[in-house]
Amino acid sequence: MFKHLPLLWANLGRKKLRTGLTLASIVVAFLLFGLMQTLRVALTGSPEMAGVDRLITIHKVAIINPIPLAYLSRVRALPGVKYATSQAWFGGIYQEDKNQLAALAVDVPSFFLVYNDYTLPPDQKKAFEQDRTAMIVGSAVAERFKWKIGDTVPIRSNIWTKKDGSNVWPMKIAGIYTATTGDNQSIYFHQEYLDESRTIGKNTFHMIIERLEDRNRSAEIARNIDALFANSSTETKTATESAFIQGFANQMGNIGALITGVAAAVFFTMLLVTANTMGQSIRERLNEIGVMKTLGYSNFIVSSLVIGEALLVTTLGAAIGLGLAALTSLGMAKGLAQFFPVLGMPATTYAVGAVLVVVLGGLAAAQPSMQAARLKIVDALRKV
Amino acid sequence: MAGSAMTQISAITSMNLRNISERLTSSVVALVGIAGVVMVLIGVLSISAGFRAVLTLSGARDVAIVLRSGATDEMGSGLTLEQTKIIADAKNIARDAQGSIASPELYVIVDIPLKRTVTPANVPLRGVGPQAPQLRQNFHIVEGRNFTPGTFEIIAGRGASQQFAGLTVGNKLRWGTTDWTVVGIFEDRGSVAESEVWTDVTVLQGAYNRGTTFQSMRVKLTSPEAYRAFEDALTTDPRLNVRMFTEREYYEKQSRLLIALVSTIGTVIAVLMGLGAVFAALNTMYSAVSTRTREIATLRALGFGAAPVVVSVLTEALLIGLVGGVLGALISYFAFNGVRASTMNFSTFSQITFAFQVTPTVLVLGLVYALILGFVGGLLPSLRAARLPITTGLREL
Repeated sequence: MFKHLPLLWANLGRKKLRTGLTLASIVVAFLLFGLMQTLRVALTGSPEMAGVDRLITIHKVAIINPIPLAYLSRVRALPGVKYATSQAWFGGIYQEDKNQLAALAVDVPSFFLVYNDYTLPPDQKKAFEQDRTAMIVGSAVAERFKWKIGDTVPIRSNIWTKKDGSNVWPMKIAGIYTATTGDNQSIYFHQEYLDESRTIGKNTFHMIIERLEDRNRSAEIARNIDALFANSSTETKTATESAFIQGFANQMGNIGALITGVAAAVFFTMLLVTANTMGQSIRERLNEIGVMKTLGYSNFIVSSLVIGEALLVTTLGAAIGLGLAALTSLGMAKGLAQFFPVLGMPATTYAVGAVLVVVLGGLAAAQPSMQAARLKIVDALRKV
Repeated sequence: MAGSAMTQISAITSMNLRNISERLTSSVVALVGIAGVVMVLIGVLSISAGFRAVLTLSGARDVAIVLRSGATDEMGSGLTLEQTKIIADAKNIARDAQGSIASPELYVIVDIPLKRTVTPANVPLRGVGPQAPQLRQNFHIVEGRNFTPGTFEIIAGRGASQQFAGLTVGNKLRWGTTDWTVVGIFEDRGSVAESEVWTDVTVLQGAYNRGTTFQSMRVKLTSPEAYRAFEDALTTDPRLNVRMFTEREYYEKQSRLLIALVSTIGTVIAVLMGLGAVFAALNTMYSAVSTRTREIATLRALGFGAAPVVVSVLTEALLIGLVGGVLGALISYFAFNGVRASTMNFSTFSQITFAFQVTPTVLVLGLVYALILGFVGGLLPSLRAARLPITTGLREL
C-alpha cells in the first residue's frame, strides 16, 4: 500500500487550489471540533476533576444551608468512612468586586487526609497547620495575583461580617498547592479563624467531604450517612464527588447537547464538501483510471487508491486542525483561568478525532471509489 | 453602451442560473454549508438576545436594591429590621396608601430537580414583603392565587414552574422540616422574577432561623432622577452601612459575565464555521468556473465583456448565499424561537430561566452574514473567470 503513497500525493497536487480549499475546510472542521470538546469539558466539568473515592455531604434543602459542627464527628464514626473533613463557603473577593475567588474555611487537620491528591511541600504544610491566620492558595490563583509565600493579603467575604463590622480577613499565604484534579483556583484557610470573628453561623459549615475505605461501597455509605440525620432539623444529601460535579454541570443548561448539535452540523457540511471534491476529481480522472486498469491495476487497488486519497486529505486536515485546537486551548486556558478551573483539550479528543477521520474520509470516498471500481475500461478510454 | 452592458449581464446571468442544475450537487453543498452557519449564528445570537431581554426587562431605573456595604449580591447581604425601617423612611421613595413602596426581602436557594435531567438545581426562593408586586412592573397571578401572608404557601414564576419539577398549583414540597404548598403561578413579562419562587418574608425568616433580619431591600423611587439623592442620603446616614444599585445596574452587573461568555463563544464558532463555509463556496464556484471555461471563452470571443462574466459568477454565488441564508433563518426561527431554557447565574449561584429570541435583528444579521459568505466565495472565482485568456480557454477540454 505504501508504495502508492507518492501517487496519492501527486494526485493531491494535481489541482492545488482545490486540494488546498478542501484541506482548509477539513482543518476548520477539526479545529472547531477540538475547541468544542475543550469548551464542553470546561463548562460541564470533567469527571477527571473528581476524586474517585470521595463523597460530598450537603444540607438537603440547599448547598448554602449550614450543617452543625457536631455532624463531622458523627460521620467520622460511621463504618466505611476513612476520613472526613468539613468546608464552609466564604465567597472571597480580592481588592475589587471583579476579582472573585473560591475561598473555603476548612478543618485543617483532616484536610490533607481527605484531599490526598493535593500536593504541598512539607514545610509549607507545616506552616499552614501552625498558623491560624494562614491560608494555602492554588497555583493558578497565586499566578493570577502574583502572590508570593509569606505575603499577607486582605480577603473580603461577601457572605460573612466580622464583629467589628468589616468584611475583610487578612490572611497569610503559607503555601501554594497543586491539585492533580485541576482545582488550582481555590483558597483554603482555617475554620477557627472564620469562627472567632464572624457574627453569625459560628460552628457550622456547608459541606462534609468523606474519603472511603472502599470506593465500591460509595452508594451504600452515602445512604448510611443520610440515614444518620434523617428526620432531624438538618437532613443531609450525600453524593459522589463526580455526581456532584455532574449535577452542577447540568445546571449550566443543556450545553453538551447544544455543542454536539453544532459539531454535528459542522461535520455534516464538511462531509458534503469532501465528498463533492472527491467526486469531482474522480470524474476528471476517469480516463486515467481506465489506463491504470488497462495496465493491470485491479478494481480493488483502484478503489483503495481513491479511498486512500480521501483518507490522506482528512488525516492531514485533522492533524493540522487538532494541532491548532490544542494550541488555541492553551492560549484560552490562560485568558479564561478565572472562569474555568480546567481548560485544556481532553485527551479523548484525539481518539474521537481519529474515528471521525475514518468516518469522514470513508463516507466521502464511498461513491467515487465505487464509481472507479465499476468503471469499464472501454467506457473510460472512450471518454474525452 | 451602458444599455448593452446591462443586456450582456442579464444574458449571461440568466444563462448561468438556468443551467445551475448541471452543477447542482456542488451548489447544494455550498448552500447547505451556508445554511448551517446561519443556523448556528442565529441560535447563538438568539440566546444572547433572550438572555439580555430577561435582564433588561427586569431592571427598572426607578427601583433601587439596597444591600449591606461590601456585599456584591443579595445572597451575601444582610440588613436588620431597624435598618430596613430607616431605609423605608427615606425621602425620594414613592408612597401609596399603604406607605412606602418598599419590600424587605430574603433570598435563599432550594434544591428542586430540573425537569430535563432530574438532577437538583439551585432554585431561588425569595421571601418578599407585601409591597413586592408593586415593585415589579407587570406582576400578575396567572394561575391559582397569591400566597397568604403568615402561612407556608409559595407561588412560582412561570419560568421556574416550566423548568423545575413539582412547581404546580396544589403540589406540596418539603424543604427541611416544613411542607410548602404551591398556591399560584405568576408572570412578570418574562423578567428574572419568573425564575424564582416567592413566599412571605416573615415566614421564610422563621423557617430559616433568620430572626428579624433581611438580606436586601427593594424600593421604588419617585423617579429615576431621585436615585442619586437617595443614594447620597443613605450612604451618609451614620446608622446605616449600606451600598445600593438601581435594579438595572444590578442585573447588568450580574449578566455581564454570562452574556460576554455566550457572545465570545458564539462569535468564535460563527467565524470559524463561516470560514469553513467560504472554503466550500470557493470550491463550488471555482469548479463552476472551470467546468465552464470553454463556454466563458466562447462568450468573450463573441464580444461579451469581462464585467458581465464577473457579475454572472458573483450573482450565482450570492444567490447560493441568499437561499442558504433564508433556509437557515427559516429553520432556526421555527426550531429556536421561544424555546425556554435555564442556566446558572454565577453571581447568585442560582438558576435563571430565559427564552431564545429570534428577533428580526438577529434574522437580518444571519442573512447578511450568508450574503457576505456568498460574496467572498464568488469573488475570486469570478475574477479568475474574467481574466481567463480567450485562446487558452477555447483550447481547453
